[in-house]
Amino acid sequence: MSAVSATDEGWRRLHPRTVVVTVLSVAGILAGVAIPIVIGVLDDGDALLPILLIAIAGIVVVSAVAAFVDLMRYRYTTYRVTDERIELRYAWVLHKTRSVPRERVRTVDLTANPLQRVFGLAKVKIGTGQQTTDSSQLTLDPVDKAVAEELRGLLLRRAAAPAAERQTPGEIARLDWRWIRYAPISVTTPILGAAAFGAIMQVADWFNAQGALFRLVRYLFEDLSVVGLVVGVVVVGVVVGIVGSLGLFVEMWFRYRLTREDGNLVMNRGLLNTRSLTLEQRRLRGVELVEGLGVRLMHAARVDVIATGMSQKSDDEKTDPKTVLPAAPFEVARRVATEVLGSPAATATELVAHPRAARGRRIRWGLFAVAGLAGTLAVLGLLLTTVLLHLAWILAVVLTPVAVLLALEAYRNLGHGLATDHLVTRHGVGARRTVALLRTGVIGWTITRSPFQRRAGLMNLHATTAANKGAYPVYDVDEVAGLRFADAAVPGLLAPFLEPAPTVSALSAPPR
Amino acid sequence: LLLALGVVMVIAIPYTIVMPLWRYRVHRWEVTDDAVYTRTGWLWQEWRIAPMSRIQTVDTARGPLEQAFRLSSVTVTTASAAGPIKIKGLDHELAADLVERLTEVTQANKGDAT
Repeated sequence: MSAVSATDEGWRRLHPRTVVVTVLSVAGILAGVAIPIVIGVLDDGDALLPILLIAIAGIVVVSAVAAFVDLMRYRYTTYRVTDERIELRYAWVLHKTRSVPRERVRTVDLTANPLQRVFGLAKVKIGTGQQTTDSSQLTLDPVDKAVAEELRGLLLRRAAAPAAERQTPGEIARLDWRWIRYAPISVTTPILGAAAFGAIMQVADWFNAQGALFRLVRYLFEDLSVVGLVVGVVVVGVVVGIVGSLGLFVEMWFRYRLTREDGNLVMNRGLLNTRSLTLEQRRLRGVELVEGLGVRLMHAARVDVIATGMSQKSDDEKTDPKTVLPAAPFEVARRVATEVLGSPAATATELVAHPRAARGRRIRWGLFAVAGLAGTLAVLGLLLTTVLLHLAWILAVVLTPVAVLLALEAYRNLGHGLATDHLVTRHGVGARRTVALLRTGVIGWTITRSPFQRRAGLMNLHATTAANKGAYPVYDVDEVAGLRFADAAVPGLLAPFLEPAPTVSALSAPPR
Repeated sequence: LLLALGVVMVIAIPYTIVMPLWRYRVHRWEVTDDAVYTRTGWLWQEWRIAPMSRIQTVDTARGPLEQAFRLSSVTVTTASAAGPIKIKGLDHELAADLVERLTEVTQANKGDAT
C-alpha cells in the first residue's frame, strides 16, 4: 500500500515506514542507555552472557511495544485536504478530529531527521495564525517526502495574493561559507564547552570512573600548578566550544537558501536534520535585526522574521524557526531584511534619540551593578580574608569604565522612528535589536512607568502584535514624544484617551 | 518566633487595610466604541489599550469569594502573546453587560483579528 492510497472520500494515511523509523530510533536510544548500565553491572564481576541477554530482551520488548503503538497510530490516523479544510482524524480508543480551514494556513514547515531522511520521509507541520491555543498546529508525522512537498505547494499556492506578487520572485540569499567565522562569537560557545565537560563527567560517572578521571588528569599534568590547571581547563573548554559551535553552524545552515516562491518566503537548510519552512507573505509583520555584541564588532547581523503563526518555541526543536539569516555581514543582512520586508524600513529609517535622562538611568544601572558586586566582595573580604578586599577594588577599578561604556552604548542604541508602513525601534547593548514592525500589525499598546521613570518624565512603550513575542518595546522614551509616536504610528487607537495637546498629565487625567 | 509574628503583623495589617483602598483609587478602566483601556498600579503604573477590532475572546471569572461579594473579573484577550487585559473586581451586572457589549462588537468584526 502506498502512502497516497486513498480510502473513502479522499482520506489519506501517513506513511507506513513510520513504524520502521520509530522502532529503529527507540532501539537506538535504548541501546545507548543499556550499554553503560551493562558495563556498570559488569563491574561487580557477574557473567557477561546473562546480563547481555537481559539487556537485549529488554530492548526487543520495548521496541515491540513502540512498534505496536506506532502501528496503531499509523492504522487509525488519516488526513485529508478538501477544498476548504484540512482534517486530521485519529480513531482508536480515543477519537480525535482536528480540522483547520485552509484559508487559515500561514506556515508549512517540513522537517526530517537523519533516520527519516534515509527512509524518504518528512514531517509536515501546518501552522495557523493563532498562538494562544495548542490546537493551532496540525502535524502529519511523517508522510512521504514527495507528498510533503506536494502538500506544501497545494496549501500555500492559493496564498499567492496579488499584493505579494509585486515582490520579485527568486533567490534572496544563500549560504556563504565565510559566514562561519561569526559562529564561534556567540553565547553558545562557552555553553557548549561547559556542556562537553558535563558530558565527560556524566559518562565517567556511568563507568564509576570519576575518581579515576581526576587521578588521570592529575597524573598527566603533575608539574602544573593549580592556576595552570584551571587555565588549561578553560582553554580546552573554549576550544571545544568553538569546535562545537562550528559544527552546530554546519549542521543548521548547510545548504541554506532563502527564496521567494509564489509570493511566499521559503527557507531550506540543514545537514542532518533538514528543514524547509514556508511562510505566507501576508503573515509577515516585520523583521528584526539582531546584532550580538561580538558579532556587531565584526559588522555583522542576524535577521529574524516577525510573523504570526510562528511558534515561539517548540519543544522538539533546537533552533528557532524565526531566524531567516544567520549572522552575516551587515550589508547582506540589510539586503535580506529589505527584500523580506519589501521596504528598506529596518535600516534606512532615521531614528530619534531618547531623552538624556535615559542615559543617566543606564549609567546608574551600570554603576549600581558594579557597586553591588564590589560591595558584596568587600563585605566578605572584611569578614573573611583581605584577598577578597583587593579583588573588590580591582574589580571596581576595572569594571566601572566598562559599565559606563556599556551604558553609553546602550543609550546610543536606543531609538525609534516611523517609516511609511513600519514603525522602527532599536534597543539593547548585549544584543542590539532593531525591529521594523508593520504599523497595521500593531494590535494594542502597553505603557508602563516606574516611579523613577515618572520623575524623569520617561516611559516604556510596548507595541503589542499577534506575532512572535507578542510585544516590541520602546524603552525610556519621553512621555509626550512617546504618546505622539504611538498615536502617529497607529492613528486613532490611542487618540480617544489623549488630551488634544498631550501634556505630562495626559494619561493620568480621566479620559474624555 | 513571637517577634517574627509581631513584625509580620505590623507590616501585614496596615497592608491589608491600605492596599485595597489604594488599589480602588488607582485602578481605572474604560470601554469605548473602538477600544478597551485599563490603568493599573500606583508606583509602577501600567496602561493597556486594545482596539475592539482585535479582540479575540472575552472571559468572565468569579471565585467563591468574589461571588459572595457579587464581583466578577473580565479578561479580554487579543491575538498577541504579550498578555490579556484584565479588569478585576467589577460588579456582577456591570460585568455581564460589559461582556455582552464586547461580544456584540467583536462579533460584528470580520477577519481573524491578527
